Amino acid sequence: MENKDVIIIGGGPAGLAAAVQLYKLGITNILILEREKHLGGILRQCIHDGFGLQRFCESLSGPEYAQRFIDEVRELNIPYMTEVTVTEVTAGRKVTAISRRGVMEFQAKAVALTMGCRERTRGAISIPGTRPAGVYTAGVAQSYMNLANIMPGQEVVILGSGDIGLIMARRLTLEGAHVKAVFEVQPYPSGLPRNIEQCLNDYEIPLFLSHTVVDVKGHSRLEGVTVAQVDEQYRPIPGTEQEYNCDTLILSVGLIPENELSLGAGLTLDSRTKGAVVDEDYQTSCTGIFAAGNVLQVHDLVDFVSIEAERMALSIQECFLSSQFGNAEIEIVVDASISYSVPQKTTGKKDFTLSLRPKRPGRNCTVFVKQENVTIARKKFAKVLPAEMIQLAIPAERIDPEKKLEITLI
Amino acid sequence: MRDNTYDILIIGGGVIGSSVARELSRYRLRIGVLEKELDVACGNSCRNTGMLHAGFTYKPGSLKAECAVEGNREFDQVAQELDIPFKRTGKVVVGFSDEDMQNILRFKRIGELNGVRGLEMIDKAKLNQIDNSAGGEFALYSRDSGILNPMLYNIALAENAHQNGVDFFFDSEVKAIKRQGEHFQVTAGDSVFSSRWIVNCAGMHCVTISEMLGLHGHQVKGFKGEYYVLDKKASQFMNIPVYPAPNAKGGFSTHATPTVDGNILVGPDSYITEDPDDFASTRDHMQGLVKDGSAIFKHMKAEYFIRNFAGTRWKRVDPETGDVLDFLIENRDDHPGVVNLIGIESPGLTCALPIARRVVAKIQEKEVLEVNNDFNPYRKGIVRFAEQSKERKKELIATDPDYGEIVCRCETVTRAEIVQAINNPLGAVTLTGIKNRTRACMGRCQGGYCETRITALIQEQCKVREHEVMYQHKGSGMFIGKVREVLDGE
Repeated sequence: MENKDVIIIGGGPAGLAAAVQLYKLGITNILILEREKHLGGILRQCIHDGFGLQRFCESLSGPEYAQRFIDEVRELNIPYMTEVTVTEVTAGRKVTAISRRGVMEFQAKAVALTMGCRERTRGAISIPGTRPAGVYTAGVAQSYMNLANIMPGQEVVILGSGDIGLIMARRLTLEGAHVKAVFEVQPYPSGLPRNIEQCLNDYEIPLFLSHTVVDVKGHSRLEGVTVAQVDEQYRPIPGTEQEYNCDTLILSVGLIPENELSLGAGLTLDSRTKGAVVDEDYQTSCTGIFAAGNVLQVHDLVDFVSIEAERMALSIQECFLSSQFGNAEIEIVVDASISYSVPQKTTGKKDFTLSLRPKRPGRNCTVFVKQENVTIARKKFAKVLPAEMIQLAIPAERIDPEKKLEITLI
Repeated sequence: MRDNTYDILIIGGGVIGSSVARELSRYRLRIGVLEKELDVACGNSCRNTGMLHAGFTYKPGSLKAECAVEGNREFDQVAQELDIPFKRTGKVVVGFSDEDMQNILRFKRIGELNGVRGLEMIDKAKLNQIDNSAGGEFALYSRDSGILNPMLYNIALAENAHQNGVDFFFDSEVKAIKRQGEHFQVTAGDSVFSSRWIVNCAGMHCVTISEMLGLHGHQVKGFKGEYYVLDKKASQFMNIPVYPAPNAKGGFSTHATPTVDGNILVGPDSYITEDPDDFASTRDHMQGLVKDGSAIFKHMKAEYFIRNFAGTRWKRVDPETGDVLDFLIENRDDHPGVVNLIGIESPGLTCALPIARRVVAKIQEKEVLEVNNDFNPYRKGIVRFAEQSKERKKELIATDPDYGEIVCRCETVTRAEIVQAINNPLGAVTLTGIKNRTRACMGRCQGGYCETRITALIQEQCKVREHEVMYQHKGSGMFIGKVREVLDGE
């Protein structure tokens, strides 16, 4: 059993940013464990550009963005291991990992969970029909095309307007496939406006809102799908069915934080984010176990993932310096206008950034953070979208430790 | 050139055909199995609840009752011989009303007549003790009921048969059968075979084959049922199959069953289908399962849904009255050389080996079979890394580093297991074949992480190109080719 100050699980954007930041803060007895052959995480397959606009003020491809952090990791000589799969994390921060070299065990002072997220599947959303070949989640299709040089199909229908689905609509089109349409069950797109513009409108790919796939056909390979319009309760409206012949159905119907290990450690998860419940230090319900990036909450932009991971690294350092691992008791609650907030708790002792996601699109809205009738923070937005995360600063000096924080969007 | 002359040809590589093949391989015979799919266990053998039934709902004296009881009693040994996952969990049939009590008691009596052991009426307190998630005021507890992995059982039977000399032909749909004196000439796939005996184990297609053999007048009717597969997280709430009280005919409505691998199955419901290849899930029935399933299992929630499937029980019916009839295993004097199996449906999984022995007996009525002294009833399964102790895991990796490469994260399946699934006797050539052998892709991410890795392994190990990687059926190519052709030296 090897002792480490911090074990970082996952060498994607969150893990890399956390490692670099920790190292720069003087915490050097750390180790990144990555299950893939290379560092970089999901960015490796995101060969389109648009990454880094916030952080580097230039448009990078996914691999380019990742490489900036990988270069730093190498320059600083930060220890990492690839092709190592962590199979268990205990509440006592014992980490077990498997590789071709054997079974490794580490005892860590702190564990940083940076495992990212996975895609919601057909089974999770109960799409009826047969189960032929040719039904892929967007990320799997992206992996086949961009990492393995494999073309999944020719005549394509996309369900869900998540960003990866939109990116794949363009990617498939550029490689000669025919993307017939994108269908979204919500009355508004779930991807970013810039992706609707650049990936669909620029290629004249139609987007149908309030539509879903109600049947999948084909015995061996997909032969077609039936699509219908839905009502406000997302129920298909009889008589609106339309048939689309296609050999490929791409699903871009949501991302879920990858929390298998968190569950094993017994962390409390938030049923809304599907990630861990954390305080303003990004510390979970288990002392010394922290989480940041898409494993905590699914972000729209990788830039925000990196920033969140760096904030987590800073918190870990502060916890090490003070030898105090927080015990947050002030609850942060949201009303029906907001899907969720991160963090979900605070100690009230330090300033922090609150992330939240509006439930519906809106214009000229204000986020209010209140404790009973006292507003302790507010921020105005000309436009809000569920696809775009909102962040605002919360000053600790204004928090009354006796009362919970209530957030609303009006 | 391959010699396509056989003593016995078995049509169908489902659990029945594979059992018959395995039991016949106890004798010195040249045996072949003709399967239209690319693997065994592609039809209803892999589309069921995976129950080892005790046999208390079948008419006393029927083949169903006789074979179920026989199959149930011997299964610990069978599971050990074939090295397959099996748990004798027991099962509860719960009731609420007087009517339920009457039906349950009736089937308890029938069970006892059939020779089912360990049937016991239990009160609510005992029921809660056995499984506190099971609703119900009282229950029939069936001690001997169990759960098994139906795909692996089918695969194990086929592998064991193959080890004992049986040839399996895949992608070999039987198109024509001609009687030529003492022999049959069978056209299957692109080949012609010759055999002295034909055993019809074609499952949902049994009547089609029966007609080809000249045995007319049989009829089957498809009772289709749909299922939900729930995440392993849901299995913390249930440790024993819970069935609602049967109706007067012995039919069970939607129920919940833990699988031997740790998932929960909710279903099947039951409705008529005409199409043997109809395995589609339908919106109405999926909604029905959610509604009825919630009544029997209160954790039937969308957050646990990982997959749906459907299967069909093709029951033999009386062409005149439409009444459901017993299994049929026939060898008619006017059709020598044929053993015809009609309407082998539930509890076919439990009954597979007893049925196979009855097929052997039919053949033995006509000729003396010489015992194969080399017959080995044992077959080794793939060692599952996930189920081993830490020490054993270390040993496995030390012996074969492929055990240290985790391919499927949800089910912790390693590269070693995938490679074995591909290279074992009757190795898998399709993604579904690998799934069925290893459980890779069967977890909550449904292949999101491992599918790309497995298809790469199929290409590498089977030396096939992108467009030749099949999902399950013939023609189920997963890819159309490369995105871009890469020239040598690039």
